[in-house]
Amino acid sequence: MSEHLPILMVLVPLLSAPLVVFIKHRKASRVIATLACALSACAAWTLALQMSSAVSYPLGGWRPAIGIELRVDFAGAYVAAIVSTIATFAISLGTRGTREDVVGREMFFYAAFLMCVAGLMGMVVTGDAFNVFVFLEISSLSTYTLVAMGKERRALTAALNYLFLGTLGGTFVLIGIGLMYQMTGTLNAAAVSARIREVEHLRTTHVAFAFLAVGLGIKLAVFPLHQWLPGAYSQAPHAVSSFLAGTATKVMYFQLIRVVVSFFGVAYVFDTLHFGDFLLPLSLVAMFAGSLSAIFQPSLRRLLAYSSIGQVGYLTLALSLGTEAGLNAGLLHLGAHAVTKTALFLIAAAFIAQVGDDRLDRLSGLGKRYPLLSLGFVLGGLSLIGVPGTVGFVSKWALLEAVLAGGRPWLAFLILASSMLAVVYVFRVVEVLYFRAPLANAPPLARERADWGSWVPAGLLVLVSVGLGVWSELPSEYVATAAQSLFGGAR
Amino acid sequence: MSQSLGVGVALGLPVVGAALVALAGKRPNVREAVTGLTGLATFVAVAALYPAVVAGRLPELQLVEAMLPGVPLMFRVEPLGMLYALVAAGLWPVTSAYAAGYLREHHEQNQTRFFVCFALSIFAALGIAFAGNLATLFLFYEVLTLATFPLVTHHQTPEAQRAGRVYLGILMGTSVCFLLLAIAFTYYAAGTLDFVPGGILRGHVATSSLPLLLALFVYGCGKAALMPLHRWLPNAMVAPTPVSALLHAVAVVKAGVFAILKIVVYVFGLDLLRDTGASDWLMFMASVTILLASLIAFKQDNLKARLAYSTISQLAYIVLGAAMVTPDAILGGGLHIATHAVGKITLFFCAGAIIVTAHKTEVSQLDGLGKKMPITMAAFLIGSLSIIGLPPTGGSWSKWLLALGAAEQSPVLVGVLMLSSLLGIGYLLPIPLRAFFFDPPASPAREHGHGHGHDHDHGHAQDHEHGEAHPLMLVPLSLTAVGCLLLFFYSQHVVALLRPLVTP
Amino acid sequence: MTLPNVWNYWAVVVLMMVGLYIVIAKPNYVKKLMGLSLFQVSVIMLYVSMGRVTGGTAPIYILDDGAPRPFVLYTNPVPHVLMLTAIVVGIATTAVGLALVVRIREAYGSSEEDVVAELDRREVEAANALAAQRAAESDASSATAAHAGASHEEHA
Repeated sequence: MSEHLPILMVLVPLLSAPLVVFIKHRKASRVIATLACALSACAAWTLALQMSSAVSYPLGGWRPAIGIELRVDFAGAYVAAIVSTIATFAISLGTRGTREDVVGREMFFYAAFLMCVAGLMGMVVTGDAFNVFVFLEISSLSTYTLVAMGKERRALTAALNYLFLGTLGGTFVLIGIGLMYQMTGTLNAAAVSARIREVEHLRTTHVAFAFLAVGLGIKLAVFPLHQWLPGAYSQAPHAVSSFLAGTATKVMYFQLIRVVVSFFGVAYVFDTLHFGDFLLPLSLVAMFAGSLSAIFQPSLRRLLAYSSIGQVGYLTLALSLGTEAGLNAGLLHLGAHAVTKTALFLIAAAFIAQVGDDRLDRLSGLGKRYPLLSLGFVLGGLSLIGVPGTVGFVSKWALLEAVLAGGRPWLAFLILASSMLAVVYVFRVVEVLYFRAPLANAPPLARERADWGSWVPAGLLVLVSVGLGVWSELPSEYVATAAQSLFGGAR
Repeated sequence: MSQSLGVGVALGLPVVGAALVALAGKRPNVREAVTGLTGLATFVAVAALYPAVVAGRLPELQLVEAMLPGVPLMFRVEPLGMLYALVAAGLWPVTSAYAAGYLREHHEQNQTRFFVCFALSIFAALGIAFAGNLATLFLFYEVLTLATFPLVTHHQTPEAQRAGRVYLGILMGTSVCFLLLAIAFTYYAAGTLDFVPGGILRGHVATSSLPLLLALFVYGCGKAALMPLHRWLPNAMVAPTPVSALLHAVAVVKAGVFAILKIVVYVFGLDLLRDTGASDWLMFMASVTILLASLIAFKQDNLKARLAYSTISQLAYIVLGAAMVTPDAILGGGLHIATHAVGKITLFFCAGAIIVTAHKTEVSQLDGLGKKMPITMAAFLIGSLSIIGLPPTGGSWSKWLLALGAAEQSPVLVGVLMLSSLLGIGYLLPIPLRAFFFDPPASPAREHGHGHGHDHDHGHAQDHEHGEAHPLMLVPLSLTAVGCLLLFFYSQHVVALLRPLVTP
Repeated sequence: MTLPNVWNYWAVVVLMMVGLYIVIAKPNYVKKLMGLSLFQVSVIMLYVSMGRVTGGTAPIYILDDGAPRPFVLYTNPVPHVLMLTAIVVGIATTAVGLALVVRIREAYGSSEEDVVAELDRREVEAANALAAQRAAESDASSATAAHAGASHEEHA
């Protein structure tokens, strides 16, 4: 049984998706979806905690390089565990807000959600380049439909814009994979990395990497390629934006790491192509531009979405260092930001379900009425800033040490200066919650009391993000192992 | 083991107190009793650590083995931290009593939140005091900023919101941009963040970058209010007076200068700074701050604002003591933490009592007040003497030690100290003197309470009869005034406690 | 590497650029989707081209009088197989995209990007204006309320 874990965490959500459609029962569909995500999470956690080295799973019994190989290393298990857990949290209890978004279309919604989870999980576990593309498209196509299920009509245009950009990105990835295959004659990650040494001076190899990097860059929302993100995150149904914010860009980031480290090799990417010199300035611009835009957003979810663009900047900055310490920091920040941002989006969903509007000014003075939700937002926001005692600090510390070890103290200063912008946008919300008088003539609240389903998952995630900030040994050590095994002393 | 437990108890009590206060929120009497008792218990718990520290057995407590990779969350009570903890914990119960009286007389809103945040601030202050490494110090430094933010913005008015922005912007901005950078760099260079007598940086950092690193640390501790990063302190005066008294004269600002002293002693090491002259620039900046802040204090008519600028000036004394790195100067700086705390809290207590009882906020309105509030104004006089540094108050000893240290360094610094003492006489002493010897204004103009907002349309009758302050305010301010006097006679104990800092 | 030898690669590039241009430049959503399809199809041509071996036959196992031929030059089948999946993906993308366009047409009454964007912009502006008005009214009423409250408090 346990040797089948890698495929199980993809298959369970994938097969549950048609099941949900066939059963055609509103309540049952939610239960099935929750169970499927939870099972997938169990599989991922079991694998992550019991593995002692990378796990290889020959699909259908065909030996790797002939057939398709699933390959889960420490980093992959870590990302898979995060993705499936966050999927469970985003969908399980479900705020009433998230459920109301999709009344009447539950089975299609949950089916698409499960497909999306399966696609993302598949991308993480597969060791085959073309499989990456297939799972990428499975998750993308289901994401477009999920975004389009948003309440307002603007969700439709957001979804279509995402579809245009996402398809361009996916096709770029496909071209990159094709060129890579052309140069190496194989799609298997291990075989590619073994053979690419011989052809790495050829221009086609350079172009292959460029296509892959740009394609994944679009899906990852690296700075100038980020236009799809704010619309998609702010218009999608709440469960979807909470889920996407925590996972979609993270999986793409992990893919980019694998392309750099596993397929092409760090030495080639950074010493020959000088990829870091391209990525670093873009990351810096993202850190500042994303956070600056977040400050001026009129709606809570758009604010969080732009903050995500800024946070992606930290991720790519960590990668652009091209060192093991940088990779370690990037993977840590991946987890930290996934937990934090999902919690914040869930809290935003709960607030919006209460007031029936996602404009920031509608939250005026609600700090007193919803003390727990507001406190949760403050704590999550602190983790976003990177205040000590939160998991955001642990990853920021790792990033600082990585940057300093690279001999670039000015970069460390820029990182810290940009987190001051996070202070501004987080406390902008805090001020609205606690300082503004409640709007005297506000339309009545959609409902008086927050139901426990709306804040318990968010509360748990907030507790996790604070708890891991103090007891940071577990994630730090695991990620250090993951980074080490991934990097393998490559440079 | 029992020592570790003692540290844990001292740190845990304020948290438990905060929880109990929150539970007792509906019943004000119970709530305030809980606050007071917790304060007393905390003080006893902190004081119980004193004998061990004096004997050189430093109590330790490690909570988490690796808060960051290789960096534990741990506490070690060394002499300087002991002193700061004693000051903060000792003045807390006094302030609690005062706050109970003040808030009720002043009809403040959200009193439960006030007491909860207050207890959490003390928790953070004790955490800073006991911190065993830079990471722990930084953690509690930020907790202190966040726990005091709701106190500064307590009134939730637009004015409080603006002050809150400046407060958070400067304190958090400097700590995140400078202090964290300095700490990260220290860890990168030295491979450890522990506080070690004699410092951890020698041999790890180029001499040329030491002044820069020191600058990052000093300006990273924005709570020390060294110019030009002092703006938050006058702004924070919108808070209720007990907050200004305990936090913005004692706990918060002293956290800043305490951190600077601790970093100078345990991270840089006195010898390293003395050998390299890396702190010379700091002497200059501290002197400038001392003089400029005193001059600005002269111009302030608002009583709390004048006290705030006086605080900025006095904090710079302690920074100056750290920058001079002579044994006497370090001892003087440490002692000044205690003497200035007791003196300034007395002054703020008096200012608050005047606001609540006589509804007066400006210095120019205080003429003749000494006849109505003799005890308050007498306490104000004693506090002023202590701040200026005149016997028979504790402040005279810390200034004396600082002057001795300055004499070793340069005659110019002695001149700075003399000049600023003269300025201190100029801006502080007139207040009690006018209160006692001037006649009350003849025609009660209906213009009191400039800073007091919107009470002029119905007003209190200007000459309405009031006597002394409420006993719950009067007793605390008398206690701290007596404390100023006692420190004059017992300061050698404090110096003896701190002696190990400068004798390796 | 003369043009006739690699004409198919040039065709790929031309098709791809034409498709990309349509996606970016045309305001009509349906035309954009056409461009997107063209863009995707060009990749299929790229893959098939790279699998082709000059003079190669189909990769079919041929028996000569019962015995296998000793040596057969055949084109690489793997890219072709991969493209079967890519075709499916392309069709699915187009289907989802067209479905969205239909829904947009229903919701906005137009499938032109600039018209839809203008409608969206107006919607946002209306919401902003409403919020500003709400805030102003609220300020006005709360100011009087606060005033009354403060007076009350001072008397107490």
